[in-house]
Amino acid sequence: MSEPVAAGKRRSLFARLNLRERIRDRDQAVYGVLLLVALVFPWADYFVTGSTSDVSKAAHAGTWVLLAIGLNVVVGFAGLLDLGYAAFFAIGAYTYALFASAQLASSPLHHQYHIPFWIMIFVGMLVAASFGAILGFPTLRLRGDYLAIVTLGFGEIVPQLSFNLSQWTGGINAIGGIDQPWLPFWITGPWAGANSIATIQNFTCRVSWSQQLFPCYAFSFDPVAYYVLIVILIIGAVILVSNLYRSRIGRAWMAIREDEVAAAAMGINTVTTKLLAFSIGASFSGFAGAYYGASIGLVSPDSFFFVVSITVLVMVVLGGMGNISGVIVGALVIYYILYSFLPAMPPFVENLANNLGLSSLDHVNGNWPGLASATQRLNFLIFGLILVLVMLLRPQGLFPSRVREQELKHAAVQEEETVVEQAQAV
Amino acid sequence: MSRVRSLTIGGFGLIDFLFYLVSLAALLLLLSEAVIHPAEFAQITIFGITDGAMYALVALGYTMVYGIIELINFAHGDLFTLGAYIGTIVLGFFAVGEESFSVINLLALLVVFPVVMLILGAVNVTIERIAYRPLRNAPRLAPLITAIGMSFVLEGVMFLYSGPATVHFPDILPHGPGWQTTIGGVFIAFKDIFVVVVAAILVALLAVFINRSKLGKAMRATAQDRDAAQLMGIDINRTIAATFFIGALLAGAGGIIWGLYFNNIEYHLGFRTGLIAFTAAVFGGIGNIPGAALGGLLIGMISAYSDSYIGSTWTEVVIFGILIGVLVLRPTGLLGMRVPEK
Repeated sequence: MSEPVAAGKRRSLFARLNLRERIRDRDQAVYGVLLLVALVFPWADYFVTGSTSDVSKAAHAGTWVLLAIGLNVVVGFAGLLDLGYAAFFAIGAYTYALFASAQLASSPLHHQYHIPFWIMIFVGMLVAASFGAILGFPTLRLRGDYLAIVTLGFGEIVPQLSFNLSQWTGGINAIGGIDQPWLPFWITGPWAGANSIATIQNFTCRVSWSQQLFPCYAFSFDPVAYYVLIVILIIGAVILVSNLYRSRIGRAWMAIREDEVAAAAMGINTVTTKLLAFSIGASFSGFAGAYYGASIGLVSPDSFFFVVSITVLVMVVLGGMGNISGVIVGALVIYYILYSFLPAMPPFVENLANNLGLSSLDHVNGNWPGLASATQRLNFLIFGLILVLVMLLRPQGLFPSRVREQELKHAAVQEEETVVEQAQAV
Repeated sequence: MSRVRSLTIGGFGLIDFLFYLVSLAALLLLLSEAVIHPAEFAQITIFGITDGAMYALVALGYTMVYGIIELINFAHGDLFTLGAYIGTIVLGFFAVGEESFSVINLLALLVVFPVVMLILGAVNVTIERIAYRPLRNAPRLAPLITAIGMSFVLEGVMFLYSGPATVHFPDILPHGPGWQTTIGGVFIAFKDIFVVVVAAILVALLAVFINRSKLGKAMRATAQDRDAAQLMGIDINRTIAATFFIGALLAGAGGIIWGLYFNNIEYHLGFRTGLIAFTAAVFGGIGNIPGAALGGLLIGMISAYSDSYIGSTWTEVVIFGILIGVLVLRPTGLLGMRVPEK
């Protein structure tokens, strides 16, 4: 009598293993391709174009990838809509900028701080996470869509505050001259750039807590250095987040996303779990903000508006909510569209119109602003259409996670599959 | 849901206490200001009421849609701007005189309101049909995201039309020395009265419609319990479409009034206005129609006081601070709302 039970057990175990292998395979394939591209890209690009401007662009794109990975925890894993994600980005960036520039000398403190990047990036992360916790604690007990509104309000307040508190943040004048990261000279590698030897010989850094000077390699504005740094940060973030996803907390997040009441009935503390997702998401944003401040060297209030939050949301939705590798690809695709494709469009369209003999379209005529600027004006429309169409036609995103796909499948289909599997096993 | 309170004073949260203390202090400061400079205070109040009347019209659309399908219709603010834009186009067909009021201006006014309102109604019903109806049974996140998407689409259309520049809205209301007066140092123009009267008429019409008409009854029933309403033979899709239609009528009227009053419109006007109007709806108790009207009026006045006494750069901080405070401490708003059920 015990034989069928054992067979059933074996079959279900086998089926589950099979599923897991499929997930792992596909994700590993995407990660492998991404890693390969990330390693080859700088060399290939330098070889082809002879300049590192694309590498600097890629390093900038990395900021968005980090943001998308973080927002994915909030929106994709836990199913909470955060519309003020840029606020935490701003908090991280300002935390770094204030304590790594001369800004505080002109504030009521009258003393400037230069704390190294490697410490401040974690401080920025913690500050953003605590702001997330403070904001999330009272609001996460409310309905889900109230969170969207509270974060939206918060996302409006933070840039406005950085405008208003100009005594501290410089207001509209922004904070410039932000310190670059530096490493001791013996840690050498690809980030040391082409003229690393010269730099080591000439450059000295001072650690803030001692008066002694060290020979060191400063990042300055070398794109390769930032590129290597952001790739390492992203790899770390991916490992961290995918482990979280597979952990007990990750399963609790998904349970809450699918049915909060049922999750609470299963003994999950929904408030704490949601708060954790929200704060972890915020901490990634703060982390990315500190990196952004260092790599651009300038932090100004107008780079943290609502559009930034929406851009990250579009990246997550397009890539596939809940799927880390998909979200990374989504972020890269949207970044490419925003910063390479759309800026290149107006001249391209203008040339095309010229070649087709429609050059009259290129000129300003009454309400018509000329073809080039009309193309430039399409950004909003494209964004909106991407959001609506993806949600309507492919709500699981371009690269859905296999688990999510399985969840979305109809129960009947799943039943049918198990029947087929059992038949095959027999 | 049980509320966790770690810091309480006799069952009353410390955060609540601080919030009410700050509100009380602000109210006392306002009162002292009203006693010391009564004329200035009355003037600011009038600005606040006219602003508030416009916010109320937009807030009604938010609250009605939220009441019936529990969706924050992010596109509603942009619908309001679209109303103002279509208003300029419609007024372009008339030879309106901005210098003095003429019969043509009156005719244009009588035409522009119904035309714009009907066009917007059609637009909003289309949006509902395309972007919200297919997702009615999807996870809550899905329609919210399409709503943001539709908001961007509307903004994109207006941006495509006019670019980043402000658009002039014809100043066709009667104005000038004959149409304004000063009572006890308080300046009142015809425009102010016009805005408040039109808004009041529309809100009164809406109240009658919701409470007396058959469709209004169907809306109330659908808001209360969609499945039960369906069982009673109410066409749910038609009722929801009607809600979107009526919300858009009010937003269109609000857009035209805004244009007539301020004479300047921008493509992204609706984002900020919509957010403030939503705050008003939440403040009054979302889902509650008189609440939205009251909340709009109060938020308009608060923003006017904040503009004058604190500084206009702080107004947004004040308004969204109120939004967060209300949502956290009193999510049912001033007049309360239907019991939220999952």
